[in-house]
Amino acid sequence: MNIRTMLCSTACLALMAGASTAQEVTVLGWGGDYARSQIEAYHKPFTEETGIRVISVDADNPATPLKAMVEAGNVTVDVAVIEYADAVRLCDEGLLEVIDTSILEPAPDGTPAEDDFLPGTLTECMVGTDVFSTIFAYDATRFPDNPPTTIADFFDTDNFPGKRGVRRNAKATLEMALMADGVPAEEVYDLLETQEGVERAFAKLDTIKGDIVWWEAGAQPPQLLADGEVAMTIAWNGRIFNAAVGEGKPFEIVWDGQVYEPEGLAIPVGAPNMEEALQFVAFATRAESLARAAEWISYGPTRRSAAPLVGVFQVDGETEMGPNLPTSEENMTNALASSYEFWVDRDAELNERFNAWLLAN
Amino acid sequence: MVRAGHDDGFVVFDHVQKSYDGETLVVKDLDLSIGKGEFLTMLGPSGSGKTTCLMMLAGFETATHGDIRLAGRPINHIPPHRRGIGMVFQNYALFPHMTVGENLSFPLEVRRMSRSDREAKVMRALDMVQMGQFVNRRPAQLSGGQQQRIALARALVFEPELVLMDEPLGALDKQLREHMQFEIKHLHDRLGVTVVYVTHDQGEALTMSDRIAVFNDGRIQQLAPPQVLYERPDNSFVAQFIGENNRLEGVVEQLGPDRCTVRLTNGEIIDAAPVNVRGAGERTVISIRPERVEFMPERLPPGAHTLEAEVLEFIYMGDMFRTRLRVAGSDNFVIKSRNSAGQARLRPGETLRIGWLAEDCRALDAA
Amino acid sequence: MSDIPIGPTATARQQRLETADGTPLKSALARASRRQKLRALALVAPLALFIIVTFVLPIGQMLLRSVNNTQFSDNMPALVQWFAENPPGIDPDEAAFAALVSDLRNGAAQRTVGSVGTRINYEVPGTRSLFTATARRAADLEPPYREALLEVNSDWAREDIWAAMRGASQAYTANFYLAAVDRKRDLDGNIVQSDPQNRVYVQLFLRTFMLSGVITLICLLLGFPVAHLLATLPLRKSNLLMILVLLPFWTSLLVRTTSWIVLLQGQGVVNNVLVALGVIGDDGRLALMYNQAGTIIAMTHVLLPFMILPLYSVMKTIPPSYARAARSLGATSWTTFRRIYLPQTIPGIGAGSILVFILAMGYYITPALVGGATGQLISNQIAFHMQNSLNWSLAAALAALLLGAVLLLYWVYDRLVGIDNMKLG
Repeated sequence: MNIRTMLCSTACLALMAGASTAQEVTVLGWGGDYARSQIEAYHKPFTEETGIRVISVDADNPATPLKAMVEAGNVTVDVAVIEYADAVRLCDEGLLEVIDTSILEPAPDGTPAEDDFLPGTLTECMVGTDVFSTIFAYDATRFPDNPPTTIADFFDTDNFPGKRGVRRNAKATLEMALMADGVPAEEVYDLLETQEGVERAFAKLDTIKGDIVWWEAGAQPPQLLADGEVAMTIAWNGRIFNAAVGEGKPFEIVWDGQVYEPEGLAIPVGAPNMEEALQFVAFATRAESLARAAEWISYGPTRRSAAPLVGVFQVDGETEMGPNLPTSEENMTNALASSYEFWVDRDAELNERFNAWLLAN
Repeated sequence: MVRAGHDDGFVVFDHVQKSYDGETLVVKDLDLSIGKGEFLTMLGPSGSGKTTCLMMLAGFETATHGDIRLAGRPINHIPPHRRGIGMVFQNYALFPHMTVGENLSFPLEVRRMSRSDREAKVMRALDMVQMGQFVNRRPAQLSGGQQQRIALARALVFEPELVLMDEPLGALDKQLREHMQFEIKHLHDRLGVTVVYVTHDQGEALTMSDRIAVFNDGRIQQLAPPQVLYERPDNSFVAQFIGENNRLEGVVEQLGPDRCTVRLTNGEIIDAAPVNVRGAGERTVISIRPERVEFMPERLPPGAHTLEAEVLEFIYMGDMFRTRLRVAGSDNFVIKSRNSAGQARLRPGETLRIGWLAEDCRALDAA
Repeated sequence: MSDIPIGPTATARQQRLETADGTPLKSALARASRRQKLRALALVAPLALFIIVTFVLPIGQMLLRSVNNTQFSDNMPALVQWFAENPPGIDPDEAAFAALVSDLRNGAAQRTVGSVGTRINYEVPGTRSLFTATARRAADLEPPYREALLEVNSDWAREDIWAAMRGASQAYTANFYLAAVDRKRDLDGNIVQSDPQNRVYVQLFLRTFMLSGVITLICLLLGFPVAHLLATLPLRKSNLLMILVLLPFWTSLLVRTTSWIVLLQGQGVVNNVLVALGVIGDDGRLALMYNQAGTIIAMTHVLLPFMILPLYSVMKTIPPSYARAARSLGATSWTTFRRIYLPQTIPGIGAGSILVFILAMGYYITPALVGGATGQLISNQIAFHMQNSLNWSLAAALAALLLGAVLLLYWVYDRLVGIDNMKLG
């Protein structure tokens, strides 16, 4: 290619780009493997089908910049990937657009979208795309004969010696403590509403307080396991899956007592490309798209019809994804759906309580 | 090269050598003896080794070889704070966070002197340099000259027998410098301390010193009282370094015990006193001070040789006239004459004959 | 003197000097210097604008947010008016409940009730869902509203909720500051301590000051000799040393923090070496990470250059002749250091210490990763309220207290050492 044609084609591209400025949509995601799964399953096929360019940007937690943008009246993103609790909270504060479920496509067999989505994964302002789960995992080499199988085992340092990794956060930690103490999943939040329930959860945590290595970032628990710093750790299931399957680490997930939570797509009030944003949400939440995303990261699809469509892990091309998703049936036997109502009410109070508990050595 | 090693000296350098890098010697085999109460100046261009000698004496540098003795005892291994030597630094080194009084009190405090003794001594030292009313000022609030006096007082307040001064007047303007020269000299006379003074200013050295050691290239070139140094330099470096000097090159024509004749490069012949020439036919540089050149040949004794000269430039300098001449092929021959009544003022282009007394002109090595 | 004309014109001239062409000298001078001033202003304008937009405005906004919260007052106009008309002490009557219902209906329609609930939830935990759930049914409620609301949820009779709503009806409130120092208002509006199990911020502030102080002290002890070496070594060696000092700046904070984890954790390099050497047993591994020790070690490393550089820049200007003078005056090397060198480095010590202390107080990534439970700082709580609980008013109040502490520190420093006696570089 000589210089002149190159210059010309650059100019032509620039012209085309200029002409199609409206044909783009900006998606604010979480970065890392999670964003990769969405880029592969949503962004690329969407651009292929519609010609609309998808600009991917990342944030630690997209809810934070989203709140700032809408309050400042300077919204630069069209779609954001946010957690369930944040979606409900921001929706109540009027910072998110209400998404009419009629834009969502029906399942391949014709089931309407509203019936196809798992309960609780469709909210006023958020269309759920996947379910992630807080589980605990252990290093199989540390427990060769008698591996832990229940959440109670996590709190049993007599029979399962070793340090424990726990997220330095009240959310999910308190629920798991109660379940380990024998509270059935469906009673956990009712109990936590009461003073006795909170005391009981902290009392359970007290039993392993001296053995806990606290973590903050999601990347830490697999590292703690790999370094031998802890024998078991509470973690997000996707991170453990990546370490076990992607890097061949001897990590096993215990699904008993998992606390799962949906996350999904939301549109901020004042999104610059509203039309394209809705189009993108509808496309990304098709059963096929959701199933494809689950082939890139072990987060379960939110539509029932997507489950049978999930194939093998795209990174290694061989691991069946089905059993590794929080939503698969055998993993849901003792599972708790994280309650946003509870946490938006109690977040501040229990956080203070939790930190006071941490301070009291 | 002159060796002046009195064994009974108050300060003695005995075959001292100093090297910083192990390859070159900064001070080459130095022998020097300084008498008690003497004011000795180390004079030389920068890099000649004079400051290094001072630093070795103060204890901030160690001699690579040889002994330094103070009052008869070797001090090579005595740390600086136990040598009891006062020192005045080029930039005074007054402690900026202390008042004048505290600065002076410091050497007394570290000697654990009582408070009342300290106060008395500090005031006495300040009065000595007429700075008594500045006791509570900070150094930054004083002029350069005032700081200089304080530095002097501080170096003397603990009554050391030896005071070292490292270009102490370098930062002052000319007038103040000349004033301080006399003041330091008077202090020295009054207190009777031994002073070793380092400078590159030959005027300062000539004004103040009992003896001057001229340093070059790590060696003492000449050690002598100012008058001797000026009037009878031992070699062409000293002649050139001290005072203004005219140089003419030539070959020794005839050599007598106290006078010789020299044939200059243009063939003219002139008289000189032989200093370090050894025989006829040897190449030499003759050296004559500008103020000793006589341009009225009739005033010279009969038989004196004269040279032809052409006036190139006449400069009026107030108390003096300075005239630049072309002599024996050199364009830089300068003569000085006093601006006295009836003194001749030469005009450029004029030609004349000049000459001098043989004892004023010195035939030196051709280096 | 006689040739100077004496008259009215002369006196006028004397009072008002004029230039050759008759314009008053003062205005001529002003005009001449105005252009210069404008040009100077134009040069600094971009920076000034940048600082105002990116620094002054956000900080101002943050300070405002810590005392001003309109989430309730803007969205509950009818109830706000009832509170305004009825002084404290009057129990809510039917009119109050009617106003509440009308506001909840509006809130449901405008989708603002979440904000309202969030605001009251700050004061009375667990009440957010009371608002959102009631709002969903507000449209169907019939008078008498008091009974209707109590039927929906009996909590609507709770005094503390009504007291919280009355408080929140004022946009300006000090309650976030109270919360930030573990205080709250009781039903009568008196300021009381929070419940013991919820007291956390005061202790965290104290720990933050304590840890920052320890880190500053360690940085000073480690950095002082290094800075002295830097200032006295020959240029080539000091350049190399300077590169080593600045090396941490070339790697990202996360990488550095992670390397400390690798080094110091229970199964880390340091412990493994100690076990291999037999200094400690395999079951006696030192806890160097995920506690205060981890925070102190990692932050000291991160902040050390901020101590060294100001120290270095001050030490470089201290000529060696001071030390020599002191030695020649009879001081030992220790006395020389203590009485002569150290006092002259105080501007550097002050600048470095203040810099390190302030930076340490604001650090949160490093303590978050290596601090475990005991190495957390107040900034981790600010981050929590910024990112997780989204209670930005409380985050702002905590941040403002931190800012206040920094300003207080400056003031104390100014009183003790003098702020002009500080040299940053």
